[in-house]
Amino acid sequence: MDLSTAGILLLDGVTNGAVYGLLALATVLVFAVTRVIFLPQGEFVAYGALTLALLQLGKVPGTVWLLVALAAIAALLDLVDAIRRGLPAAQLLRGLLRTLLLPAVVAAATVWAAPQKFPLLVQSALALAIVTLLGPLVYRLAYQRLADASVLVLLIVSVGVHFALTGLGLVFFGAEGFRNPPFWDARFAAGPLMLSGQTLIIFAAALALIVGLYLFFERTLRGKALRATAVNRLGARLMGISTSSAGQLSFGLAAFMGALSGLLIGPTTTIFYDSGFLIGLKGFVAAIFGGLASYPAAALGALLVGVLESFSSFYASAFKEVIVFTLIIPVLLWRSFQHGHDDEEE
Amino acid sequence: MLFRRIALAVFVLLLAVLPLAPVPEFWITQANYIGLYTLVVIGLVLLTGVAGLTSFGQAAFVGMGAYTAAYLTLTYGVSPWLTVWIGLAITGVAALVLARITLRMSGHYLPLATIAWGLSLFYLLGNLDFLGKYDGLLGIPALTFFGQSLSTGRSFFFLLWIIVVLAAIAVTHLLDSRTGRAMRAVKGGTTMAEAMGVDTFRVKVTAFVLAALLASVSGWLFAHFQRTVNPSPFGLNMGIEYLFMAVLGGVGHVWGALVGAGVVQILKDQLQVWLPKLMGTSGNYEIIVFGVLLVLMLQYARDGIWAFVEALLPRVRRKVDWADAAALPARAKPAHGEVVLDVRAVRKEFGGLVAVNDVSFNVRAGEILGLIGPNGAGKSTTFNLVTGVLPATRGEVTLLGRRIDGARSREIARQGVSRTFQHVKMIATMTVLENVALGAHLRGRHGVPAAMLRTDRAEERALMKEAERQLQRIGIGELMHEPAFNLALGQQRLMEIARALAADPTLLLLDEPAAGLRLKEKESLAGVLRQLRGEGLSILLVEHDMDLVMGLVDRVVVMEFGTKLIEGTPEEVQASPAVRAAYLGTEH
Repeated sequence: MDLSTAGILLLDGVTNGAVYGLLALATVLVFAVTRVIFLPQGEFVAYGALTLALLQLGKVPGTVWLLVALAAIAALLDLVDAIRRGLPAAQLLRGLLRTLLLPAVVAAATVWAAPQKFPLLVQSALALAIVTLLGPLVYRLAYQRLADASVLVLLIVSVGVHFALTGLGLVFFGAEGFRNPPFWDARFAAGPLMLSGQTLIIFAAALALIVGLYLFFERTLRGKALRATAVNRLGARLMGISTSSAGQLSFGLAAFMGALSGLLIGPTTTIFYDSGFLIGLKGFVAAIFGGLASYPAAALGALLVGVLESFSSFYASAFKEVIVFTLIIPVLLWRSFQHGHDDEEE
Repeated sequence: MLFRRIALAVFVLLLAVLPLAPVPEFWITQANYIGLYTLVVIGLVLLTGVAGLTSFGQAAFVGMGAYTAAYLTLTYGVSPWLTVWIGLAITGVAALVLARITLRMSGHYLPLATIAWGLSLFYLLGNLDFLGKYDGLLGIPALTFFGQSLSTGRSFFFLLWIIVVLAAIAVTHLLDSRTGRAMRAVKGGTTMAEAMGVDTFRVKVTAFVLAALLASVSGWLFAHFQRTVNPSPFGLNMGIEYLFMAVLGGVGHVWGALVGAGVVQILKDQLQVWLPKLMGTSGNYEIIVFGVLLVLMLQYARDGIWAFVEALLPRVRRKVDWADAAALPARAKPAHGEVVLDVRAVRKEFGGLVAVNDVSFNVRAGEILGLIGPNGAGKSTTFNLVTGVLPATRGEVTLLGRRIDGARSREIARQGVSRTFQHVKMIATMTVLENVALGAHLRGRHGVPAAMLRTDRAEERALMKEAERQLQRIGIGELMHEPAFNLALGQQRLMEIARALAADPTLLLLDEPAAGLRLKEKESLAGVLRQLRGEGLSILLVEHDMDLVMGLVDRVVVMEFGTKLIEGTPEEVQASPAVRAAYLGTEH
């Protein structure tokens, strides 16, 4: 291999690594706040990319109907719960409004906007909004009841959610793959390397998001509330932080980061309804580097996974998935030796 | 018991006549798939429901069995009756290696690892030339049994279901045995099991390998039933479906495996017919239903379908068949007054905090030593240092002159130290008797094969006899058939003492045994402890009930802020101003 091939592979790996990094950060965030190992993180990637693809075609994506349906079920459950607990009508209405308003607005906007074929950026914003709103609803419906269950039970729930979301993806988007147009099709030569505009956007977006998250967690009350929940759920609850809202917020953030990742890689590779899972799992392998606890380690792990993947696809393309996923075992081993035994659960 | 035996007999009979009856071939095929899946799910019940370990990678082990059979038969013409053993060996070794790597990890890392290698194996199978890549291997011959070809679904049915029923019975037997109790004990955490002398790592590895072997047999059968193998039935999705079957059927019950496999297979088939019609295109839409159902099961019926059946069935009451069982061998007792436990300048630091500060004391044979002190004085930490739950920062602990500091918890248990816990640690779903029998774990020796073949029954009777004896002694013999979760807190504490006694200890450590006991119970507990002391047992007692302590113990050690404050007879201690200051504060 000469230096330029290595450079190309490295650039390719780092680009993918940046996307995996976003997913890894989301995984760490969700686990820290809710103890949910959120395997379906990748589904949001596919949903984001494919929702945009359908909007590009001027169609109303099925994810909108999913959003409406989930919001309706959540509202119904809230209603039953409120009646059972005898909440006053005003509080009940406020709660319902909070659950239904945003999904309804976004759904209406999408139905109106889809056939008009607005510019790419508007459609991207719409896709982001749809998928981001799915996050809290997924938490509300699948996990909230089980918030105090063991990590293992929550993990099995995640697997169920993965099945459901993948199957629904097939319903919404069909078996065919889509490749989105790039946001910026400029190209720059940097020595032997070709930098595409899309690559630059990926780097810029990843960086912006990391800085944004940092500011959110360091500077805002909500961010600090999330951190408090991550450290000690009971303690946070005693301080008046709702762990349910914290869970929904963290899932909303995770969905946003997933959808954004989907928009970012949509133009670089063809996305199928089930492509998200593998992409998400790679972010996941990266998150394991940080023991599902350290953001910087997860980000570094993501770069490593990206680079390893691009080099192994050059040397042994058929075995690249084998190599990437086998990597998790030595990493897990290393983590477990660092932490020793700590399985006093339940 | 009788009812269950009859139910099993009827079930076996139904199985036997099913292929002879004019049942459409379609249902025979379905039943065969259900049998193949049941085998795998029985393994998952053992792994997840019993031992508390979760695996999404069982499909990979099925794949190992299937590909071994297919490759060896097709390439080298090896007899299937040989390849099944080769498959078992390969799967066993692979499972052993994976278990040794991944079972050291805590809680959720194991299922994550199973996802990773489940995916890896799928891509590996799909890319290896000699295994036919994604097309797989075709034209695998049917099994022959004494010249009889099992090429039809009906003939194959018999072999398959004989294996399934035998596996289910073997695993049921295993659960009702010394090893089975040890497997249940590792589910909630390892501290209690280790204190009972269970090698928890080994038990986990055993459960993992057994589950893998069952999967491997299923794979071997699968290859010869379907006559082709390709990677897709061995991928992660199938691994998840196996777990789904286990959860749906009831992950804690062997027969839940059968129910889960049956319901999922039939549901899947119906959904595959109806959903594409509904959607207008083909695709594996059934996973939507499976996913939603899995989440709902975990939210509303975590114990699965079989739990509902179990609730309707009459409760099994263990037959008391151990009246004339042999007594278990007992340990040689130290001479009265000999130093049993000697703690010398033991220290424990957590970071900068000194939890136990160079504490020394000893306990003699036939003596009760009280360890008292305000909350946070380091009593429980001292306990944990003596029992090997925590390693000491420095200092020496000897038992009958042998160093035990630094030894593992179960090793210390083997030397004759038995304990109870401040917060009761028991297996809530087992009966009181079985919980106590766990205490005698180290006094039995039979393992998995003996349990499955029931050659361990003489030993089992002896263990039960000992458990009952200890329960009678502690005064709760009449509760022995109750599930442990039915007991009041005080009774649970007494059960823990009986469990500790079942180990035939030299030294008994009791951590607040009287908490939650009523006055009468306390008095009878004190009576039992006096009697044990009279028999030459040494007891180290941590307790807050001063009436009990002062009226019972020979000597008292008072701790405060990790340091030993004073040691002496109850009278000396009660008279000490320093002790009063520690408990009540000083006057100003």
